[in-house]
Amino acid sequence: MSEQAIIDIKQVSKRYKVSNEALLVLDSLNLSVKPGEFLSIVGASGCGKSTLLRLLTGLDADYDGEIKVRGERVVGTSLDRGIVFQEHRLFPWLTVKQNVGLGLQNSTWSQEKKQKAVDDHIALVGLNGFEGAFPHQLSGGMAQRAAIARGLVNQPSILLLDEPFGALDALTRSRLQQELQRIWQAEKITLILVTHDVDEAVFLGDRVVVLQPRPGRIRRIVDVDVPHPRDRADPVLKGLTEEVRGEIVNVSPN
Amino acid sequence: MSELLAIEAPPAVEAASWWQRHAAARRGLVVPGLVLLVWTIATHYGLVNKHLVAKPEKVIERAIKEISEGGLFVNLLASVQRDLIGFALGAVAGIAFGGLLGVSRLFDRLLGPTFHAAKQVAMFAWIPLMSVWLGTGEQAKIVFIAVAAFYPIVVNTQEGIESVAREHIEVARAFDYTRWQIVRKVVFPSALPSIFAGVHTGLIYAWLGTIGAEYLLSPGFGIGNLMIEGRESLQMDKVLLGVVVVGLVGAAINLLASRLEQYVLRWRVTAFEARQ
Repeated sequence: MSEQAIIDIKQVSKRYKVSNEALLVLDSLNLSVKPGEFLSIVGASGCGKSTLLRLLTGLDADYDGEIKVRGERVVGTSLDRGIVFQEHRLFPWLTVKQNVGLGLQNSTWSQEKKQKAVDDHIALVGLNGFEGAFPHQLSGGMAQRAAIARGLVNQPSILLLDEPFGALDALTRSRLQQELQRIWQAEKITLILVTHDVDEAVFLGDRVVVLQPRPGRIRRIVDVDVPHPRDRADPVLKGLTEEVRGEIVNVSPN
Repeated sequence: MSELLAIEAPPAVEAASWWQRHAAARRGLVVPGLVLLVWTIATHYGLVNKHLVAKPEKVIERAIKEISEGGLFVNLLASVQRDLIGFALGAVAGIAFGGLLGVSRLFDRLLGPTFHAAKQVAMFAWIPLMSVWLGTGEQAKIVFIAVAAFYPIVVNTQEGIESVAREHIEVARAFDYTRWQIVRKVVFPSALPSIFAGVHTGLIYAWLGTIGAEYLLSPGFGIGNLMIEGRESLQMDKVLLGVVVVGLVGAAINLLASRLEQYVLRWRVTAFEARQ
């Protein structure tokens, strides 16, 4: 089995200009992402995890170092790397079906293939029956599901999620975490989830990257060797969760 | 599933009777009804100078006379025609110019300040200049109407385009949209509510401008001209007929514009609807 990394992050640093001073947000990060793995990135606010995700999507091209996907440098965005943001960011003037379909705007597939992809992914996230609804008619959880469908409709090999459940209530969050696990197993893609929720990170991830803030550095990478689908009550998971939480809480900004 | 219940179903409504369904229209007619009542009482009981205010039934008589002799329709048609032509010109130019100011920062810096300064000049102050440059013919009136509609449409179009959510543009970028695709598929639909608001205001100003143009650039046909005739021969019934017609056409334009807006922008939930 080829263990060649699908994503290679080498010595990546990012600076922001704040009031004429350069603020170092990420400091020489090195990370390899294995194909098909579920990678969680967790850390306190200000650790640069969302920034890292934006660099991976290609929305931001201003950084030092190298980011490669399958050996090729990341230059701008790509349909092969889907993204789900913290807000659903559905277009209010489009229905659910049209919103999911907008991911296929620049796809080279045939009309039938596109139609099928939209229908399949709406079914995948459990929104059957709501194809014609407008975003204002959906609950937060449903809108976020639609956003996930939109992110997956191109069948990208990598899906990036930036605190996708942060704006939802605890019950919905819990349910959507299960959904995400199910979707990941069904689609067999590489998933990178950025979150500040330690339980979520350990419950879902095969590996958990702990970032420490100011400047953002990898503090530790924790392997979660528990087979999917997982049980939240599993003592091994609980133990690892506490371990990771300890890593975050004990960090003082340097 | 609790999430399914979060869909807002419209409140359960039993089939409302015709009377109930037109409650809003009834309420809208209360003030005009009161005005009619006061007008009738004032003229019939000599509370106002009868040479200055004609009785309502006299206005109706005049209306019937003008309709049967064809005068009213000729004038109304002339007014509505130049209103629509002038508005169309002003709207197309307005959306184009407003779009340009909104999309291009360079053009905004170059042309914006001059435009905003010119906007401060009251609409009717352009009349003397226009009558010298363009005379008092149809052309001058249509240009004036177009200018009247132009300003609010430019302002609203520019504002609509400038307030497009950065978050939505990022989504489009993440899906490899070209710059042109972003303008067509994100910026324009996002700005449409504002553009509609501008168009709606433009329609109102255009109608105002039409009557104004007829009044101030006088020779020709039109409701404004009807009113001038009435004033010059002190036929107050004609003048008041003109007023009523101007009001009715204005109300009709407003209603049509609202309905169109509601239909095109039905994806919105406005505070108005929430109030129901």
